[in-house]
Amino acid sequence: MQSQEPAALQLRIQELEAELAALRASAQEASGDIVTSAEAREEQKESNENLPLLLDEYRRYGRQMIMPEIGFDGQLRLKRAKVLIVGAGGLGSPAAAYIAGAGVGTIGIIDHDTVEHSNLHRQIIHSTSKVGMSKVESAITYLKDLNPNPTYIPHVQALTSANALPILTPYDLILDCTDHPSLRYLISDTAIILNKPIVSASALRTDGQLIVLNDPPGSGPCYRCIWPNPPPASTVTSCGEGGILGPVVGVMGVLQALEAIKLLSRPAPPEQKTTSMTIFSAFPQMAFRTLKMRGRRKACVACGEPADAKDKITKEAMEKGLIDHIAFCGTSAPVGLLKPEERVDVREYMKVRDEGKEHTLLDVRDETQFGICKLEGSLNIPYSEFESLALAEDTASKIPESLQSILAKGLPEAPIYVLCRLGNDSQHVTKQLKDAGVAGGRVFDIKGGISEWAKSGVSGPFPQY
Amino acid sequence: MGEEATLPITVEFSGGLELLFSKQKTHKVQIPASDPSGKPANVGFLVGWLCDNLMVDKRKDMFVMDGTVRNGILVLINDADWELEGEDEYVLEKGDNILFVSTLHGG
Ligand SMILES: [Zn+2]
Repeated sequence: MQSQEPAALQLRIQELEAELAALRASAQEASGDIVTSAEAREEQKESNENLPLLLDEYRRYGRQMIMPEIGFDGQLRLKRAKVLIVGAGGLGSPAAAYIAGAGVGTIGIIDHDTVEHSNLHRQIIHSTSKVGMSKVESAITYLKDLNPNPTYIPHVQALTSANALPILTPYDLILDCTDHPSLRYLISDTAIILNKPIVSASALRTDGQLIVLNDPPGSGPCYRCIWPNPPPASTVTSCGEGGILGPVVGVMGVLQALEAIKLLSRPAPPEQKTTSMTIFSAFPQMAFRTLKMRGRRKACVACGEPADAKDKITKEAMEKGLIDHIAFCGTSAPVGLLKPEERVDVREYMKVRDEGKEHTLLDVRDETQFGICKLEGSLNIPYSEFESLALAEDTASKIPESLQSILAKGLPEAPIYVLCRLGNDSQHVTKQLKDAGVAGGRVFDIKGGISEWAKSGVSGPFPQY
Repeated sequence: MGEEATLPITVEFSGGLELLFSKQKTHKVQIPASDPSGKPANVGFLVGWLCDNLMVDKRKDMFVMDGTVRNGILVLINDADWELEGEDEYVLEKGDNILFVSTLHGG
């Protein structure tokens, strides 16, 4: 017995140890700390409490850490940094990807939009399978796959004067990747109040612009120092109206990420710095140009001392809702130039065609858009030709010759139907032609333009662009 | 006097403003060396001169408003913000580069 005792005890000890291990594992699983013991072992291998970065991070960021411009300390600063990206569109997509890839520790993204097919040629973190999903959710899905280490904070909402202060407060740097002047003023005013720098970029057609504002914080100019007054709303063109080439806005978003990485990885802000704006043109010959900008404006209502202290944009004024950035920038009122009887909807116009009624279809889109798709038998005279005519009493004599010759070709009294892309320009032209007494005043605007024609499907499948 | 003295300068448009100027970004122009009152030509005079002599589009208010360049357009004198150079009072010199940039908002 005595000789058997140690062996039996040994066996019992082994059994108990196995039981204990199993109990420990199930307790960990239940507490949700570690999902599987295999992952737990992986985790232990990956982190070492004596190291400030995960082993994965050394591998991941090695190529940028070995550069003296970043170095190990710069990488740690990036990891500690919190960035808010306002807008997950053409600028925000590439900016977010590079910022996440570089290992910025906390990344917030705010946008209220959902992914659409027309975004995908430039908004590279979204994809066809995400159409209809919120842009923020789509972006974070992509970014987590790219780099699971940062903390991602979704803000699925529009940035407004009412929520900007609390939303921006936790972040160190704001990336302005928005698409409207009112948002650009809002971001700037809020960032000035909170003493945060802004990396701002914009793009349209084949051009881009980039500027770092309020840098160093407290002494660099703000958006209002450079642009004290907003442009007239009628001169503001969106990418939807003017067009945008994907790589052009992409370049600008990448440059924003670059400025953000430089700013966040540096040991301390410089005491003083001249502000420059970088402009990029893709055509005719690709060119970057660096422009020397002014510093702070002493009387700036946001960052300076305005002559009348009441004009100063303060935290209190923002909180009380006294600063209305949308009203400040104005809105182009919806075009409502015509009486209901001067307009037809796409179905009524389809009837005119079906019944073979004699008429002229005047398409006032520009030649480039006319080249994409058109209705059979339409006459193209771009809106710009009408727009550049002064709206005078003698407009009739100035009507483009091409239209005059059509009118002379035997359709002088046949009605004219005017079509454009969305149904705004066509109203102006309809009014102009009516005022000039063309076609005996029988000129009609087609509501909603060729876009509504396509959407309604009155003539079967038709291109939407 | 015979021929009026002129000043060769380069005028450039960016951010879509070129659409108002024959869709051409760079223009080498000879402008009168002095304004009608005989004072040396400055940037303020140039803006009016461009409207009358170089702008094809009839929509002048896309470029000027209330006698000066409209809000949203930056003027750069030899690549520096005109506010650093005396704005429209800056007296033009031979070979100067004056760049007009329409601010973009898309993204
Ligand atoms: Zn300011």
